[in-house]
Amino acid sequence: MTDTTPNTPLETTDDPNLPPIARFLKATEIDTRLLGMIGALMLIWFGFHFYGAIVNGQGFFLTPRNLWNLSVQTSSIGIMATGMVLVIVTRNIDLSVGALVGVTAMVMGILQVEILPQYLGLGNGAIWIVTVIVGMSLGACIGAFHGWLIAYRGIPAFIVTLGGLLVWRGCAFLAAGGKTISPVDETFALLGGGPYGAIGSTGSWIVGILACAGVLWLLYSGRQNRRQHGFALRPMWAETFLGVLGCGMILGSVLLVNAYPWPKGIIRQYAARNNITVPEEGLFISHGFAIPVLILIAVGILMTILMTRTRFGRYVFAIGGNPEAAALAGINTRWMILKIFALMGMLAGLAGVVASARLNSATNALGMLDELYVIAAAVIGGTSLAGGIGTIYGAILGALVMQSLQTGMVLIGFDTAIQQIVVGLVLVLAVYLDNLYRSKTK
Amino acid sequence: MENRGTPLVELRDISIAFGGIKAVDRVSIDLYPGEVVGLLGHNGAGKSTLIKCLSGAYQKDAGEVYINGEKVTINNPRDARAHNVETIYQTLALADNLDAASNLFLGREIVTATGTLDDAKMEAETRKIMHRLNPNFKKFSDPVSALSGGQRQSVAIARAVYFNAKILIMDEPTAALGPQETQMVAELIHELKRQGLGIFLIDHDIHAVMELCDRAAVMKNGALVGVVNVNEVTDDDLLGMIILGKNPAKAA
Ligand SMILES: Nc1ncnc2c1ncn2[C@@H]1O[C@H](COP(=O)(O)OP(=O)(O)OP(=O)(O)O)[C@@H](O)[C@H]1O
Ligand SMILES: [Mg+2]
Repeated sequence: MTDTTPNTPLETTDDPNLPPIARFLKATEIDTRLLGMIGALMLIWFGFHFYGAIVNGQGFFLTPRNLWNLSVQTSSIGIMATGMVLVIVTRNIDLSVGALVGVTAMVMGILQVEILPQYLGLGNGAIWIVTVIVGMSLGACIGAFHGWLIAYRGIPAFIVTLGGLLVWRGCAFLAAGGKTISPVDETFALLGGGPYGAIGSTGSWIVGILACAGVLWLLYSGRQNRRQHGFALRPMWAETFLGVLGCGMILGSVLLVNAYPWPKGIIRQYAARNNITVPEEGLFISHGFAIPVLILIAVGILMTILMTRTRFGRYVFAIGGNPEAAALAGINTRWMILKIFALMGMLAGLAGVVASARLNSATNALGMLDELYVIAAAVIGGTSLAGGIGTIYGAILGALVMQSLQTGMVLIGFDTAIQQIVVGLVLVLAVYLDNLYRSKTK
Repeated sequence: MENRGTPLVELRDISIAFGGIKAVDRVSIDLYPGEVVGLLGHNGAGKSTLIKCLSGAYQKDAGEVYINGEKVTINNPRDARAHNVETIYQTLALADNLDAASNLFLGREIVTATGTLDDAKMEAETRKIMHRLNPNFKKFSDPVSALSGGQRQSVAIARAVYFNAKILIMDEPTAALGPQETQMVAELIHELKRQGLGIFLIDHDIHAVMELCDRAAVMKNGALVGVVNVNEVTDDDLLGMIILGKNPAKAA
């Protein structure tokens, strides 16, 4: 037996014999599932916009203002949905994330409003940092405790986190005796968005250009890597298409968030503070990307790297695919489960930061029912409840779909009962369509 | 075949019970470098359970394991791998949602200088070894759930031989293979034997055992019936041991 390397010539993923669309998809290696989700999202967006335009005389959905708000509202669910992917991929569930948002936000509220100012002085710049660290650590500890009960004590995740849902919601109430804690630290509040909690026009351009550079670098290094190992390359036209598409979407979103100006009141307040005279025709100051959205994007990127580029992520998928095989391959599956729940808890803490900062207060009802939206987002995003399958970008898109539905129905004036019915139906329909898709592409 | 120095592996008085059932009952068996020992027995005789005590999948209730004459503790599959024990499980132990390369390197991934997975390198290595074991194998980017039974078995075999095992455990490695692939595994076993590996081979095919193994151990209801040199017995002797649990007159 000789040790010959199979000497494959440099092939490409281009296959001129296929019909045009199939050829295009194969050459660009675009995930058709992703296309489907984007299609569904567009359907929702245009649907609500034109419904509004026809029935109410004006479409509000596809406006910079609404889309900007939509991006902010998606953040906290999106952040948690990335963690829920890991939980569901390993065949578990976490029903306690909404209650964790409540309890971490409440503890952070008390800490930054009632405790830290005594020691650091009101408005001290370190308050928000200490608060965020404590909130995320608390979430991680509670998550780790859940994980320990599940992995080392053999209690099903459903039960542990159902108990957690009740226990931590109760704790959130007891922590402040049901009071609302408000207002939060000024710097902390920026993490929730709002006119000041966005990075402005210049900042957004910088972020956009860095992101474009990142996309191009990914395409380039991916190509180098394939060439080095003699794997099939994408044809040059497909690479160019992907580059243009990626950069176009990034720059388009920069234009969009920069097209949404600060409201007049905020401009007046800002001008007064900084001794600027507002000219007759008014000032146009762009919001730019909101800070919570940047947090979500950063979380999404880090979690994607974690899931696709590290051993940890590989083991998460292996445990989901076959827990026994994972254990036989030497993976410490219990320790992995504990870490996954700790990570989920930490992300719930971060979502607690974003949600309470956005509200500028901590209430014991914060995050109520979030667990259902988070699970729905992950599942709509293609995470299989049977385990082993799921993507981070899918979950974030899923969160965007859920939030778009919600926002759209509020905009056109559906009442809560109808909203619930629609969300429920969409969830079931989405999973059904996903099943169909999977059985077709098997 | 006596006095060959220290055995590579020595299992002494291994016992393990599930509930009240003694799945393995005080079994002792050894394995020398360059030797293939066949394990035979009826369904449920305890063959898989015995070797799982060596591979770290189960923890034995009693008994001792010696590797190269030294007593070792094997509490989990990692310990076994650290002693260069590699196992092809009867169930194959593959994660169905991962591709061949991810399965092959599961738990022992190749990483880049920055600590991230080097998937391209792992796939290239997988292509190399699969080229040796099963040249018809082409499905490198599909999850192994999309592979045939035999292709899956090839992946499991590749995983066991890739990491320079010294002790190889094969639990019915050819159960799902076609004749050509079975032949390739037979050749592989011969080659590994020449390289000085010790192999435990569990197989229900007596002819394969007669052909590939140096010695055969027969188990019945968890207990060891006996160990024989295959060139000193006939098929019928082995069958008698398996079915009736009786030792032939000239047992080794
Ligand atoms: N995890 C387990 N829990 C309970 N009983 C078990 C377990 N594993 C094996 N057993 C029992 O131990 C006995 C031996 O099983 P084992 O799998 O070792 O048989 P085997 O000789 O490999 O059989 P086969 O030829 O069918 O593979 C059987 O009675 C089986 O039911
Ligand atoms: Mg068996």
